[in-house]
Amino acid sequence: MENGNAAVSMRNITKTFGQGVIANKDVNLDIRKGEILSLLGENGSGKTTLMNMLSGIYYPDSGEIFIDSKPVSIRSPKDAYDLGIGMVHQHFKLVDVLSAVQNIVLGLPGKLDLKGAREKIKEICDKYGFDVDPDKKIYNMSVSEKQTVEIVKVLYRGADILILDEPTAVLTPQETQKLFDVMRNMKKDGKALVIITHKLNEVQEISDKVAVLRQGEYIGTLITKDTNPQEMTDMMVGHKVELNIERPTPLEAPKRRIKVEGLNVINEEGIQKLKDVSFEIYSGEIFGIAGISGCGQKELLEAIAGLQKVESGSIKYIDDDGTEKELIGMDPLKIKELGVALSFVPEDRLGMGLVGNMDISDNMMLRSFRDGHGVFTDRKTPHKKAEGIVNVLHVDTPGIETPVRRLSGGNVQKVLVGREISQKPKVLMTAYVVRGLDINSSYTIYELINMEKVNGTAVIFVGEDLDVLLQISDKVMVLCDGQVNGILDGRKATKSEVGLRMTSLTKEDAD
Amino acid sequence: MLGFLSFIPRAVGQGIPLLYGCTGEIITEKSGNLNLGIPGVMYVGAISGVIGSFFYENSVKGGAMNGFLAIMIPMLCSLLGSFLMGMLYCFLTVTLRANQNVTGLAMTTFGVGFGNFFGGSLIKLSNLDVPTIALSKTSAYFSATLPFAGKMGWFGQIFLSYGFLAYLGVISALVVAFILKKTRVGLHLRAVGESPTTADAAGINVTKYKYVSTVAGCMIAGLGGLYYVMDYASGIWSNDAFGDRGWLAIALVIFTIWKADIGIFASVLFGGLYILYLYIPTGMEHMELKELYKMIPYVVTLVVLIITSMRNRREDQPPASLGLNYFREDR
Repeated sequence: MENGNAAVSMRNITKTFGQGVIANKDVNLDIRKGEILSLLGENGSGKTTLMNMLSGIYYPDSGEIFIDSKPVSIRSPKDAYDLGIGMVHQHFKLVDVLSAVQNIVLGLPGKLDLKGAREKIKEICDKYGFDVDPDKKIYNMSVSEKQTVEIVKVLYRGADILILDEPTAVLTPQETQKLFDVMRNMKKDGKALVIITHKLNEVQEISDKVAVLRQGEYIGTLITKDTNPQEMTDMMVGHKVELNIERPTPLEAPKRRIKVEGLNVINEEGIQKLKDVSFEIYSGEIFGIAGISGCGQKELLEAIAGLQKVESGSIKYIDDDGTEKELIGMDPLKIKELGVALSFVPEDRLGMGLVGNMDISDNMMLRSFRDGHGVFTDRKTPHKKAEGIVNVLHVDTPGIETPVRRLSGGNVQKVLVGREISQKPKVLMTAYVVRGLDINSSYTIYELINMEKVNGTAVIFVGEDLDVLLQISDKVMVLCDGQVNGILDGRKATKSEVGLRMTSLTKEDAD
Repeated sequence: MLGFLSFIPRAVGQGIPLLYGCTGEIITEKSGNLNLGIPGVMYVGAISGVIGSFFYENSVKGGAMNGFLAIMIPMLCSLLGSFLMGMLYCFLTVTLRANQNVTGLAMTTFGVGFGNFFGGSLIKLSNLDVPTIALSKTSAYFSATLPFAGKMGWFGQIFLSYGFLAYLGVISALVVAFILKKTRVGLHLRAVGESPTTADAAGINVTKYKYVSTVAGCMIAGLGGLYYVMDYASGIWSNDAFGDRGWLAIALVIFTIWKADIGIFASVLFGGLYILYLYIPTGMEHMELKELYKMIPYVVTLVVLIITSMRNRREDQPPASLGLNYFREDR
C-alpha cells in the first residue's frame, strides 16, 4: 500500500469492545507532516477509538501502526509520548487543583524543576502564539484556557503528531479562530495534525484532507478543497441527507404562552446576569436566543424553569383559556406540571439530567417516577419510551439495559434530549441540544423540535451555530451582557447582524 | 506550672499514635484510597510488635537482652503486620476494585479482633493474674531518652523526654509533607488522587502509586500502634486498651486539610484533649463530671468536622477521586 512520507500509517486496524461491539474494522489511515487531517464521522463511528489507539489508551486487536515507516507497538500513553504522539482529549485530562505548569510537567521523569518548565512553556507559547499563565490553577480557567494548557502540555513533551478530539465543541467562535491560528502555526512548523470534528464548515476552513469513517469502517479520504459539505455528509452517513432545515407553519393559530417583563437576575457572586429583560413567546413558534456564552441564556432559562432566584420582574405563563399564572416563586415541580420543560445540555452531559449508572429506561423514569400507583412505580411506560428513543434517534447501544455512562457522548445526549421532547411539553426550552452531535442526529433533533412546534409547543431554542439558529427560529432574540439587544425576525435577520448585536449593544436599545 | 509541665509530655505521648495514624492516612488518601481500616491496621501493628517482643523476651529467659534486637524485632514484626494489612487492602480495592468503605470497615473489625485474639492468647501463655502482657524490658529500650534529658529542666521535660519513636513520628510527618509539596513523586501522587485518568494519560502508573502509598501509609500507621504499647503504655498490652485512637487519626486528616506538617501540632492538640479530663479539677463529690470531660476530644472532632466542611477553597477539599476505584477502560 502507498505509504509515501506519512508520519503515521495505520493499517487494517480492528478493535472490538466487550460483547462484540466493533469500534473499528480494517481501518487504514495516513497522517502526514505539515498537513491538517480532519477525521469525520458520525457519533460512534469510531473516530475517538481509532485515535485512542494512537495515543496508547487502547490497544488494537489486530492491524499495524507505522511511525515514519517503522512498525511500532503503542501500549501506553507513555509509549505514545515517546513516539512523539500527543492527544488532546475531548474531556480534558487535567488536575483541577494543580497549576498549569504542574499539569504540564505531570508524569515526566527527573527532578521537579518548575522554574525551568515555566521558561520552556513561555518559549512554546511565543513560538505558536499561545497565551498561558503557568501559575494559574486549572479550576480558575475557562474552557479555552484549559484547552490551551492541554495543547502546550502535548507540545512540551515534544510531540510532532497532534490529535485534537472535538476541540471546537466547547469554544466560542472567537476562541475557535484563535485555535485555528495556532493550528496553522503548528502546521507551518511541520507538525502533523489530526482534528476530530462534526462541523463541516470547520473542516473546510482548517483542514487539507478529510478522512471519513462510518460505523467503524474507513470510507475514504478527500482533498478538502475539491469537496463540498453535501459530498462529505453523504459519505459519512452512507445515504443522502437533506441539509435544509424546514420552517413549517403550526397547525393552530399562535397564542401567547409566556410573557416575561422587566426580569432582573443577580447571581451568587453578585454579578447582574440579566437586566430588564422583556419578551413574549407564542405557541407554535421557535424563539431563538443568540448570545456569546455566559451572557445570561442559562440564567434566563433557569429563571423560567424556577431554578434561578429572581431579583425583580415577572414571568407569566398564559394558559389556553387566557388565564395568566405568575411563575416566579412557584415550585419548580409545579412549573413542570404546567408543562414547562427544560432540556439543558450542559458541558458535562452526565452531570445534569442523567444518572450515569442507571440504564436508559431508568433514566426515563427520572421524569415519571411519580406517576405510578401507590408505592409502586410504573416501569412499563418508561421502558417503551426508552425503546422509542433508541429507535427514532438511532441511539447506538447494546441494549436499553446498558448504563448510560457506557454510551458514547453523542448517544448520551440523544437520550437526554429525546427524554425531554417525549414529555410532550407546552413550553420546551432547549440549550445547545446538538452540542457534540453529528450531522445526522442533529438534523433528526431539529426535525423533532419542528414537529413539537407544529403541534403547538412554544419552543425556546438556545444555540451556538448562528446558521442553524437563523434557519430554525421564527424570532431571534439577541442577548448582550444580560440585556435584550433586539428581537429580530428569523426569516429576515442576517448572520452578521446577529453577530454584531451579540458583541455590542446597539444605540437604540441601550437608550 | 507544675501541672502544665506534666501535661505537655503526656499530651505528646497521647498525640504520637494519632500523628502516625494521621500521616499514614494522609499519604493513603492522597492516592485516592480512603482507608477506613487504619484503626485495625494500628491494632495489628501493635500486636505484631508485642508478639515479636514477647517471644524474644521469653527466649532470653531473664538473661541480658541485646538492645538492638530488642528494638528491631518488634519494629520489623510491626512493620510486617501492617505491610500485610496494606497489601490486603490494596489487593481488594485496587486490583479487585472492591468498595473502599466496606473493605476499610471490614479491615478495622478484623484488625481489632486480630489484636484481641492474639493478645488474649499471649495473656493465657504468660499465666499472670492480671489480664495483661507486660513487656517492661523491651519497653525500657523503646522509651529510653537521651541521658542528659533529665538534667535540662523544663526544656528537657517538654522536648526531650520521649523515646525515639516519638521523634521518628515527627520526622516521618515532615518527610511526607516535603515529598508531597516539593517532589515529582508527590506531584504524581496528588495527580493520582485527584484524577487517575489524567495521571494515567500522563504516563503515571496509577496502580503502582496507589499500592506503594497505601502500603507505606499502613506501615507508618502501624508504628503508631507500636509506639502506644511499647512507649506510652510502658510495654503493657491489654485488650481494647488502644481504644478509638485510630478513628481520631482519620478525623485528624480532615482537620489538617491533608497536610502532614500541620498534623504534628494537631495530633498533640488532640492528644491533650484526650487527657484533659485528668487536669480539670472536679472534686471528689462530682466524679461524674470527669466522664463528661472525657467527651471533649469527640465533641471537638464533631465541631472541627462541621467547620472544615464549610471551607470552600478548592485547595482545602479532599482529593477529588477519594474513595473511587480506577479502571482504565471504564468510561
